[in-house]
Amino acid sequence: MADDNEIRSKSCCSCQNTTENEGCTCTQSPLTATKSPSWVIGIINHSAGTIPRIKAQLTIQDRFGSWKARWDMGRMDYKVDPGLYAVGNPDDTSPVLVTANYKMTFDRLRQELGGLNLWILVLNTKGVNVWCAAGKGTFGTQELIDRIAGVRLAEIVSHRRLILPQLGAPGVCAHDVLKMSGFKVIYGPVRSADIPGFLAAGMKATDAMREVRFGFMDRLVLTPIEFVGTFKPALVILGLLALVNIIFHGSLPVYQFLGRTLLDFLPFFGAILAGAVLVPLLLPVIPGRALSWKGWLFGLFWAGIYLEFLTPAGNGWHIAAYLLLLPPLVSFLAMNFTGSTTYTSLSGVVKEMKVAIPAQIISVGLGILFMVGKLVF
Amino acid sequence: MKQQYLKNVVTLNLNSEKCIGCGMCLEVCPHHVFKMEAGKALIQNRDGCMECGACARNCPAAAITVRAGVGCATAIVMGKLRGSKPCCGDSDEPDTPCCG
Repeated sequence: MADDNEIRSKSCCSCQNTTENEGCTCTQSPLTATKSPSWVIGIINHSAGTIPRIKAQLTIQDRFGSWKARWDMGRMDYKVDPGLYAVGNPDDTSPVLVTANYKMTFDRLRQELGGLNLWILVLNTKGVNVWCAAGKGTFGTQELIDRIAGVRLAEIVSHRRLILPQLGAPGVCAHDVLKMSGFKVIYGPVRSADIPGFLAAGMKATDAMREVRFGFMDRLVLTPIEFVGTFKPALVILGLLALVNIIFHGSLPVYQFLGRTLLDFLPFFGAILAGAVLVPLLLPVIPGRALSWKGWLFGLFWAGIYLEFLTPAGNGWHIAAYLLLLPPLVSFLAMNFTGSTTYTSLSGVVKEMKVAIPAQIISVGLGILFMVGKLVF
Repeated sequence: MKQQYLKNVVTLNLNSEKCIGCGMCLEVCPHHVFKMEAGKALIQNRDGCMECGACARNCPAAAITVRAGVGCATAIVMGKLRGSKPCCGDSDEPDTPCCG
């Protein structure tokens, strides 16, 4: 976060306990402007403070940064400084957009704002996107009120309206914000790409702008992080398979031993790929509603392909072991995708887990027994 | 393509006696769960609700209740293990539901 720390409109940090509508007084000292991030293209000197003016286009570095975050590289610390920013040449009548301080979110917003003049108020969501931060409460009523006061927004704009992303609504209570800050919250569209249309229509969102979607591309961009998340358990499985081969085939030459272990890993690798990538991509096509069920079905499909085409015909122990081991693995990974979807409810996930988790445990347990049987008998 | 989740599980409730017909719930709901009829909000697509809680939090008449939280299996498992509310990742606030 070295790049992002340097420019601040004032020495306001995220005081958790600020309740008064005054600028916050933290122990943290003001940061000196030594090096500004590449997306800051100027400074507005206002009587209320200096406000960075930002670019409405993304650079290669910005895009690379988003790509890295998608692959879980530096994702938890990909932030911009909270505070007020300017796009174009805003004045006291310009709209104020509120957003989160996850850099990807900030980038998604500013890239849609070319040719517009407005203010962006960035809340401290600890580097988390708007929707998740709203669920956590960090994109919330109190932080918004504190931030409005901290940047002295009332001195910068003469109107008293804020445009919030609609997906910030789970964390923000609009009528409380009005009561406590005097600013009226207007919920804008779900997607930043609709903001120019929303503003042009006099701050009216169409039904389509209000609806969350979860199309193929929306799911595709989420799969890298699901896949990366399986690396550790995949290594554990690989280690177990190697251990089994040491015990039962310890006398083999090294290259044969490695080849055998990798071949043994193939069905599990396929199951991981299925659960973390293919089920999310094919989600609406796979029959059923519960994600654990969709995963189980797809796991059976993969086990069938593996047994039929990719491995020499085995005995009953062999077939039973894979039919019992692979589906629950895919099911478990698919079930974890509930956290990434835009439509699963807490009550629904709790309900499907009550059935799925015991089923997965029993199936894996039996699968291991059959696998041992295959090795011993 | 509109995905459908489990039927009849959602905890959403709307007290139409309290409803003042302001339409805020229609605005904040990302799944068109509500509609307006004769000056009152109505639940038209209950199973579409994902329990995000936006409607309840923004209802000025406190007419809506829902057990809001993240519908995330990982979070629920982590919450069970820690004896806290559903929470995944290494959050420093164990009492808030969260997904990183």
